[in-house]
Amino acid sequence: MEIIVTYGPWFIGLALIAGLYMTWGVGANDLANAMGTSVGAGALTVRQAIVIAAVFEFAGAVLAGGSVTSTIRKGIIDPSGLEATPEILVYGMLASLFSAGFWLMIASAKGWPVSTTHSIIGALVGFGLVGIGTSSVQWGQIGSIVASWIISPAVGGLLAFLLMHSVRKLILNQEDPFEAARRWGPYYVFLVGFIISLVTITKGLKHLDIDLGWTLSLLLSAGVGVLTFLVGGSLIKRQKRDQKAEENFRFASVEKVFAPMMIFTACAMAFAHGSNDVANGIGPLAAVVSVVQSGGAIMQESALPIWVLMVGGLGIVAGLVTMGYRVMRTIGKRITELTPTRGFCAELAAASTVVLASGTGLPVSTTHILVGAVMGVGLSRGVGALDMKMIGKIVTSWIITLPIAGAVAALVFFILRALFG
Amino acid sequence: MKTTNPLGKLFGKNPFSALQRHMRVVLACVEEVPALFQALIDHDKERLSLQQRMIFEREQEADALRRDLRRHLPRTLFLPVDRRDLLDLLGMQDRIADTAQDMAGLVIERYMAVPPSIEPHLMPFVEQCVGTCRSMASIIEHLDELLETGFSGPEADEVLTMIGALYDAEDVADEGGIKIARALFAEEDTLDPVTVVFWYQMIQLIGNLADHAEAAGERLELMLASR
Repeated sequence: MEIIVTYGPWFIGLALIAGLYMTWGVGANDLANAMGTSVGAGALTVRQAIVIAAVFEFAGAVLAGGSVTSTIRKGIIDPSGLEATPEILVYGMLASLFSAGFWLMIASAKGWPVSTTHSIIGALVGFGLVGIGTSSVQWGQIGSIVASWIISPAVGGLLAFLLMHSVRKLILNQEDPFEAARRWGPYYVFLVGFIISLVTITKGLKHLDIDLGWTLSLLLSAGVGVLTFLVGGSLIKRQKRDQKAEENFRFASVEKVFAPMMIFTACAMAFAHGSNDVANGIGPLAAVVSVVQSGGAIMQESALPIWVLMVGGLGIVAGLVTMGYRVMRTIGKRITELTPTRGFCAELAAASTVVLASGTGLPVSTTHILVGAVMGVGLSRGVGALDMKMIGKIVTSWIITLPIAGAVAALVFFILRALFG
Repeated sequence: MKTTNPLGKLFGKNPFSALQRHMRVVLACVEEVPALFQALIDHDKERLSLQQRMIFEREQEADALRRDLRRHLPRTLFLPVDRRDLLDLLGMQDRIADTAQDMAGLVIERYMAVPPSIEPHLMPFVEQCVGTCRSMASIIEHLDELLETGFSGPEADEVLTMIGALYDAEDVADEGGIKIARALFAEEDTLDPVTVVFWYQMIQLIGNLADHAEAAGERLELMLASR
């Protein structure tokens, strides 16, 4: 208790720094990954991507990020054995943040496809095992989370596959694909607004104590969908048929129509990413804040303060603006294979899956789900060539991230305990 | 700069655009063949030598593209079509350029006049075979559209129809080959035997242009039909 009282402000300060460092890393890397597809498909310039990302990432964090933040804050580690020594939880949370941030820094420098989500979970489990005991880790929850890591990319892939199939059937295989695209495009944009709103409203707003019931949620979501339908429709109407390009490639004009549609999926991706990944930095921060402010109560009963979510949102945006800029530009050049039709399907599938996971309180890897979605497009024979070696690297990164993040967290935990007592 | 984004390295080099580029070079190579024979008919040694050089250059260019494509097609790539089918199609395309090179090499090694009996048949026959290659090339131009529609649907049907027309064109070229061989046979005894054998070989090579174009079409048909 005394430690909490004495060093309380220090802990909050450290947690803020570590949390901001984590979210900054998330913004610089993860978000750039998420937005890179739209930039690569030529739907957005890097500058536009940053503006969209800033707005929607923040919105996603605040409106839909509560569930996952809760999971990370109190769903991984059961602190009930620490009533007498609440500072242990604080050290653990700080250690997890530093560990995950550190591992992210190394992975970025080396170009490894590491997931921020896996890093923080691995770190927390490492701390739990070492700092408290094996029984402190909520293995059931961990089990569901790991299962979701395997299932979510598959779901993203399946959704993308189905979307791609529908685009082929309704648009590409038609007599006049351009006209079909102009006709059906707005409905696809409706889907973007509708799905994201629906999942957010029904599942994501719980932490804001807003429960609207099914009918109202459906109506509101449909309303948002209609709004996107109208805006998307007007953007689509502006696209003129490019006769010259069509001589070379029959579907050039169709791709032109899908390009502005990717603006909406970019917003959805940013929103989805915010809803799931802000928790990686903010969850532990919220735990520390709660312990300190309650003078040592560790059961995390207090509600999640909104300002914590906002700090997270700001951190992510800061990371995106400072470093993500360069990352997106580089990625954009390398993803030219993902034409707007493909990119749209992949992003919509990925965003929907992530938002669904966020609503269910499951921390998932946005990047890996996007990869799953792209593979879904590939399985529908929509991509020239996919390098399966990358899949192998991703699986490898899973396997090494968890123990390494855990080990580093344990190490930092011991250091902190030694420093502060 | 390095990033954690796996998406940048997830995509392999698109083999279909590479196939298209290869076919364009092959066609450019084959387009030089009519002038080769015209130079032979006109006894224009300078032009002959020029055509031979150009054909050789194009063939080497095609070879380089082929090697590059094969280098970027490791077994770890996931492709929308069978990898073996793709490589076979590439091989068939390349064989067209190789045949043109063989022809050019042959006339340079053994400069010979065109026997009078076959002279009226020669250019039409060459045009028929080169025309078959042109049809093949325009079919290959549809590869990007095929990729867009997932190698199925109306686009695939259209290409299958074009391949059918290609088979017909090859049949016509076959008949042309028989006709010109018959004309040579009629004159056989009045010519020196080595020249005769040489011209039979040349007729065979010209016909091979159309044969290889047809074989390439067959490979593509396999890729589409097995969907």
